[in-house]
Amino acid sequence: MMPNDTLSKVLYIDLTKKKFEVKYRRDLFEKYLGGTGVATQLLLEECPEGIDAFAPESPIIFAVGPLTGAFPLASKTCAMFKSPHTGDIGESHAGGRSAIAIRMAGYGAIVIKGKSEIPVYLSITKGKVEFKNATTLWGMKDGSIAARVMRQNEGGEGLRAIFRIGMAGENMSTFANVTTETYRHFGRLGLGAIFGSKFLKGIVISGKQAIEVTNKKEYKNLYDEIYNTATESPVMKKYHDVGTAINIKSLNSMKALPVKNLQKSSIEEIKHVTGEDIAKNHLARRIGCAHCPVACIHLAYLREPYEDDPYFFKTTPVCYDFELIYSLGTMVGITEAKPLLKLIDIVEQVGVDAMSMGVILSWITEMYERKNITLEDLNGISVNWGDEDAYIKLVKNIAKPNTDFLKACAKGVSYASSKYGGKEFAMSFGKNEMAGYHTGPAGYLGFLLGARHSHLDNGGYSVDQKELVNTELTPQTVVDKLLDEEAIRQILSSIAVCFFARGIYNLELVSKAIKLLGFEYDEKQLHEIGRQIHLNKYKFKMREGFRIEKLEVPERIYETEDPTGKITKEFIKTGLDYAQNLIN
Amino acid sequence: MKLAVKDAMRCVGCQSCMFACSRRSGNAGLANTCIGVKSAGGISKGYNVIVCRSCENPPCAAVCPTGALTPKEGGGVRLKSSKCIGCGLCKDACVIGAVFWNDKDNKPAICIQCGICANYCPYDVLELQKDKKGVSHDAE
Repeated sequence: MMPNDTLSKVLYIDLTKKKFEVKYRRDLFEKYLGGTGVATQLLLEECPEGIDAFAPESPIIFAVGPLTGAFPLASKTCAMFKSPHTGDIGESHAGGRSAIAIRMAGYGAIVIKGKSEIPVYLSITKGKVEFKNATTLWGMKDGSIAARVMRQNEGGEGLRAIFRIGMAGENMSTFANVTTETYRHFGRLGLGAIFGSKFLKGIVISGKQAIEVTNKKEYKNLYDEIYNTATESPVMKKYHDVGTAINIKSLNSMKALPVKNLQKSSIEEIKHVTGEDIAKNHLARRIGCAHCPVACIHLAYLREPYEDDPYFFKTTPVCYDFELIYSLGTMVGITEAKPLLKLIDIVEQVGVDAMSMGVILSWITEMYERKNITLEDLNGISVNWGDEDAYIKLVKNIAKPNTDFLKACAKGVSYASSKYGGKEFAMSFGKNEMAGYHTGPAGYLGFLLGARHSHLDNGGYSVDQKELVNTELTPQTVVDKLLDEEAIRQILSSIAVCFFARGIYNLELVSKAIKLLGFEYDEKQLHEIGRQIHLNKYKFKMREGFRIEKLEVPERIYETEDPTGKITKEFIKTGLDYAQNLIN
Repeated sequence: MKLAVKDAMRCVGCQSCMFACSRRSGNAGLANTCIGVKSAGGISKGYNVIVCRSCENPPCAAVCPTGALTPKEGGGVRLKSSKCIGCGLCKDACVIGAVFWNDKDNKPAICIQCGICANYCPYDVLELQKDKKGVSHDAE
């Protein structure tokens, strides 16, 4: 890396002592590039073995990469922590302005440990960290208010990121998220709960600086090449136009879209929640993460009249994506846009992962329908498929639970079903609630084997749709493909670009781009680094007790029609056995 | 030529213009940007896009105590860095906040109306307009 690149600076913050220090860690960045690679190593260094995820010593790590602030679409920050949701690796990526702000503030990574005795938020700018009293911001029902206060109190407009948690994070729901720039999230695996456990309400970080490149002319040329590809590519146009929500229609028609807790994989009444229909009737504006010209973030405006004042409307901007339409729409039987947007809005307010919440709501509905739980368990909230008012109440009640059943739900569907039954239709994999892809066995093997149990770890759903739907592959071949893809994705999240740009940033281009920041690695070496990072993640997982043979698979996936017709117990078991031999 | 915000409502906040402006130095990052994109009170309300309006009687130059900033013919200002003492009065004098600051050099970052930012705006927010006299201002 370049001799003076501030990427090598790691900011260590101690919330107990209210102190901070900077360490130069060129060693880490030169070996693992940044982002996921560096954050995984910092997690192995900083997180004591077997520790309670909510213990003060349990670290929060953020890392950005060499391309952050230098090339377009390098817009992601990697957060790493021990997940309170799964008990193993907690990794979550967010865009917004988070990555640019961390890099421009002059850091490559941030490590936060300890626990404050009162609620605080951190203000990080100009080489300093200030610990601000956030007592008055604690306990607000809508997390966006706290963000607004931080925005008004702190400087750095246009150059800052504002992270914050909501009520669910304060109450340490294990799938609470951290929101940045109102509409982007460190969504999965419970980073918000770790913030809450440390009395950390939020972070404001800003800065502005230059990043030196090795060759100015080559930098300009390569920048233009990437920028032009990004702004002209049809794939990127797809993300900008209708957005990820465009996939609702196609997944529904191929019978891959989970409906009513995956009792079905398509629904006839899909029209009003397709990406096209929501765009036509509700879309107001699109926004982009900092340094990403694609602008895939879609904001709808929800207009609701006040009952007591007919000419006055409550107008709420609501951000939607494919995953939210699946989890808070079809998965719970909601097929109209307005109720869907209302439910998304409340999920945003309390600050939880939308996919986990949707899967939990759908499992609760089925449990109630089967009379496995009582009205008392649900704090008096009677729930049926598609009943948005009941779901809105349940979301609030799970974020701040007051029955034993709802307290169990606040720890995820895997935990709740281990206490109350219904495991065969509790749709989680590796204790992480499923994403909206009932595409075939590769998708499920992808969830199970991915280091984060996220669909984005290895894109198994893509193997289903592109290959398994019309060709035969053995489970072993599928697992090989998944592991290979996951190794490559470690490089993307280490440098750190958005996965939507994976079609642009192949390893050849990555090699050229990082060279301009002083990193000399060819494609083969990058591939090897990716494999090593992937192995490091598994090292942490195994250390914390993860075992492939302990993975549980809900029966439901074998019962519901899918596009490949190949989701069988034998396929999944053969794939898992094969992976187990490879990894052990 | 004069830089203008054609339609701020179309701005997506990607800040490609800010990076493009700063890249004139040859390096990456945002240290030298002379254009600002910030939310108009929260991202849901859209963005304010702040560019130098190249005033004909520029307040920034009027308050400069050393003559480092001088008005240009047709509007806007020229910065002579060697004369600048980094007092920041110019920054305070610009009511729209279009005098940006290079923290490392402790000097203002002054828009030269080159239009590179407009070239990197994929959403047609910015444009370089011909001014009344059709004068193309020298870049410095």
